[in-house]
Amino acid sequence: MSALLRFEDVSLRRGGRLLFEGLGFELGAGERLQVAGPNGSGKSSLIRLAAGLLRADRGRVDRSPLALADEAAALDRELPLGQALQFWNRAPEQALDSLGLAYLVLVPVRLLSSGQLKRATLARVAASGAPLWLLDEPMNALDSEGARKLGRLVERHLERGGAVLAASHQRLGGEWRTLELGP
Amino acid sequence: MIGALILRDVRRGFTGAAWLPIAFFLLIATLVPFAVGPDARLLARIGPGALWIAALTAALLPIERLIEPDRADGVFDQLFLHGVADEAAAAAKIAAHWLTFGPLLVVAAFPAAALLNIDGEALGITVVSIALGTPGLAALAVAVAALTAGLPRAGSLAGLLLLPLAAPLLIFGAADALLLEAAVSLLLTAGAPFVAGAAIRAART
Repeated sequence: MSALLRFEDVSLRRGGRLLFEGLGFELGAGERLQVAGPNGSGKSSLIRLAAGLLRADRGRVDRSPLALADEAAALDRELPLGQALQFWNRAPEQALDSLGLAYLVLVPVRLLSSGQLKRATLARVAASGAPLWLLDEPMNALDSEGARKLGRLVERHLERGGAVLAASHQRLGGEWRTLELGP
Repeated sequence: MIGALILRDVRRGFTGAAWLPIAFFLLIATLVPFAVGPDARLLARIGPGALWIAALTAALLPIERLIEPDRADGVFDQLFLHGVADEAAAAAKIAAHWLTFGPLLVVAAFPAAALLNIDGEALGITVVSIALGTPGLAALAVAVAALTAGLPRAGSLAGLLLLPLAAPLLIFGAADALLLEAAVSLLLTAGAPFVAGAAIRAART
């Protein structure tokens, strides 16, 4: 079984501050890992490093095709939700359905609440078909129903041989390996 | 993906603020006769230069909406994750911006030229020189927008950056040096995607 994401002896420095060094882990098919730690400990930076949006100061990161959900929705605010998602994925219907957003397909993105926008961001990842999911604070703004739907989505993704790396200071539903980042 | 991005930006331009720079351009061309008086010969002599000043200032207007909204909303991050290089995304932005800016400006140049008493052969040359200059102006606007994206007071900073860089376009355009105008425009259009791409990458935190 080859790893979908591998960190080898990775160090990252942001704004003159060492966030972590010598970090190494592997994430294989069917595995999920939660990055935990207090505010400012580098959780989001680690996610962006995993995505390839940041470069490590030392070490190497190997990754398979991935999808990222972070604070930025990257959805066209003027378009209806369905069309905005179609810019990134041909067929987002099933993902929209599994997050309980099907009834909002025709509503412009700018009218969505922050919780609905979070669900839409997660739907973009779910519809991507990428084996590796990177979720930055996926629970933010989600209600309990949304959290349950996210849990089910993650379970299904893992059953299909996917992997999930999530950064959150909250407890996520299900059994997660955790990686604690220092302050 | 590139095609979809250009289409999306063109649609956003035309449903949004694409007409604003054009209205601004026409407004400045209208003000020139008031500023220098109704002497038809004088107007015809300074006309092409005045049109170029109008075009340059009009090119400044859309700068803040070219790159920053998409950067802040993570669109460039997602494009990168979808395998679109930042340079390619910047090139698409330039193409889309030109499509919503260049042709309209060329059309607007006709009534603007009439206001400044430019006609006959001079009219043809002026319109062609503006048409040749628009790709360079659009490319420069996107590059400057990328360089200033996310900075405080980006709008004023962009003006200070763009106007000196656009000086060659203005000089050759107003001097009817069509070949040199085309060469400068081509150079700017070819270089801008790399500048803008590097700026988008550097702005990533």
